[in-house]
Amino acid sequence: MNARLVAALRLSWDSDVAYSFRHSPYAIVAAIVFVLFVGSAVFAPWVAPHNPFDLSQLDLSNSLKPPMWLPGGDPSFPLGTDDQGRDILSTILFGARISLAVGIASVLFSMVLGVALGLIAGYVGGSIDAFIMRVADVQLSFPAILIALLVDGLARALLPRSHESLAFYVLVLSIGVSGWVQYARTVRGTTLVEKNKEYVQAARLFGIHPLAIMARHVLPNVLGPVLVIATIHIATAIITEATLSFLGVGVPPTQPSLGTLIRIGNDFLFSGEWWVTLFPGIALVVMVLAINLLGDWLRDALNPRLRT
Amino acid sequence: MTAFILRRVLQAIVVMLVVALVAFSLFQYVGDPVQLMLGQFATPEDRVRLTHELGLDQPFYVQFFHFVVNAIHGQFGVSLRIGKPVSVLLAQRIPATLELSICAALLALAVGIPAGVYAGLRPNSWLARTLLSLSLLGVSLPTFLIGILLILVFAVILGWLPAFGRGEVVHLGWWSTGLLSKTGLMSLILPTITLGLFQLTLIMRLVRSEMLEVLRTDYIKFARARGLRDRAINFGHALKNTLVPVITITGLQLGSIIAFSIITEQVFQWPGMGLLFIQAVSYVDIPVMAAYLCLIALVFVTINLIVDLLYYVVDPRLRADRPGGSGH
Repeated sequence: MNARLVAALRLSWDSDVAYSFRHSPYAIVAAIVFVLFVGSAVFAPWVAPHNPFDLSQLDLSNSLKPPMWLPGGDPSFPLGTDDQGRDILSTILFGARISLAVGIASVLFSMVLGVALGLIAGYVGGSIDAFIMRVADVQLSFPAILIALLVDGLARALLPRSHESLAFYVLVLSIGVSGWVQYARTVRGTTLVEKNKEYVQAARLFGIHPLAIMARHVLPNVLGPVLVIATIHIATAIITEATLSFLGVGVPPTQPSLGTLIRIGNDFLFSGEWWVTLFPGIALVVMVLAINLLGDWLRDALNPRLRT
Repeated sequence: MTAFILRRVLQAIVVMLVVALVAFSLFQYVGDPVQLMLGQFATPEDRVRLTHELGLDQPFYVQFFHFVVNAIHGQFGVSLRIGKPVSVLLAQRIPATLELSICAALLALAVGIPAGVYAGLRPNSWLARTLLSLSLLGVSLPTFLIGILLILVFAVILGWLPAFGRGEVVHLGWWSTGLLSKTGLMSLILPTITLGLFQLTLIMRLVRSEMLEVLRTDYIKFARARGLRDRAINFGHALKNTLVPVITITGLQLGSIIAFSIITEQVFQWPGMGLLFIQAVSYVDIPVMAAYLCLIALVFVTINLIVDLLYYVVDPRLRADRPGGSGH
């Protein structure tokens, strides 16, 4: 058992993807940054120096302290505090947790929706295909942020009272709906190629149900490009979430994401307390940049034809 | 040709109708207008009469038809938040958004094309590499953060430029312009850069890759063999052939710029349509939301239609499919 595990590890170490990872300094740095972010976000309640949402720990006399290296700074608040005396570093860690959660959840939602529709469109064809792709074309001619805003606005009109508690799910839905087209297009294209290959014809001759053929035979062969899209899409989804929250229609201020923090901090820009908004902003950019670099690397590694 | 145009126009109309349906269905969730207008002490007869007068007893499709007819005439009712007709509110805000969007598009073209040409001609120079890395950073930087950083540097720390509002505006008929006063122009600088930066990087990368592609072709090699001057080759032959995709993408992106102005307007408190819309979303001000939705959809559908038809004119091979362009 142990020997097999070692063999499997050795095999994956020698694989193309791992080789290209070991030889790409950008990818290594981006991966370290990403793992650090995910780790500190997941373990935020234990890693963060303070719990910014525990009202008993807040002290208004600590409000708007500058970062610790500036005069008036306090070493127990390394990046300073906001107007309610919350530690900026801790709010960033908790905020990154929400940003990542919304980002990943909405990407999963887009992925499932887009892959399913793409498989159906490609495999079934005919008027269903034409309809799905027509809708995709139309949606693609509008920017994603506008679609997300529209769905968010619709949800607000539909559930005016329960909106606060459902804000997370509304956000995931609106960002998720705005992003399915890319998956559907890619999956449809690959499915059109795959469905005429012998293994699919063989499965069809066996009398396997079309849904089973789609899920078990075609799906595994279209997943490669989907993974690449999903990685880069996480970055886009996080930016979209931050933008919506910045516009004030995202997550409620009681559970601030990075975008909400930037919006709150924006009010203090003119009174000189730049750290309240700048540090969450830097955290957001570093996180998104790391994910983008990882996605770029993954695209090249999985598709040697793209290497130039 | 006629069949193609007809199909495209028909498709545009269908899209507009779907958007109108979404906008119309918004109104179904704002509570009972009859109750709102009559108050508590109305008799059942009053209710029936008013319901009839408002046309609410008619079937769904008749109501929808009336909605569409009103929408075509620009009538979307009265804003729930401000209490003025939505058409008046939008008409006041359109100049601000259009001026900002057009300035941003011009900035993106004026800087993006030269930068792209340079990066394409000298792909290995340090300046081209720097420009390219900066454009990658630009993709990772959300629009609103660019705005905040610009405000921090140029308004708060340096104090050179105003950070919000439109400055002094001059009224020319119903059009209000900030282009004719000094404060208006000063206020325009930061929002224009914020809105134009993403499109600028996009155009730069596009021109660069098109230039690299074109410079490899045989007719450029032939032009060099003929002993033409570099300038004549680069600008007369190469650049000219890259411009068709650039013009198309810019056209398609003009809609995106107007949509993205929502974010820029929020950052700079710019009194345009986007700010109106975002306030409407937070207050669930349905008439404003519906009107903005229809208006922006009209802009997008028109732009797409024009681009489609232009494609047809320029290149008949491209009939049905065209590259989809969308920013984020």
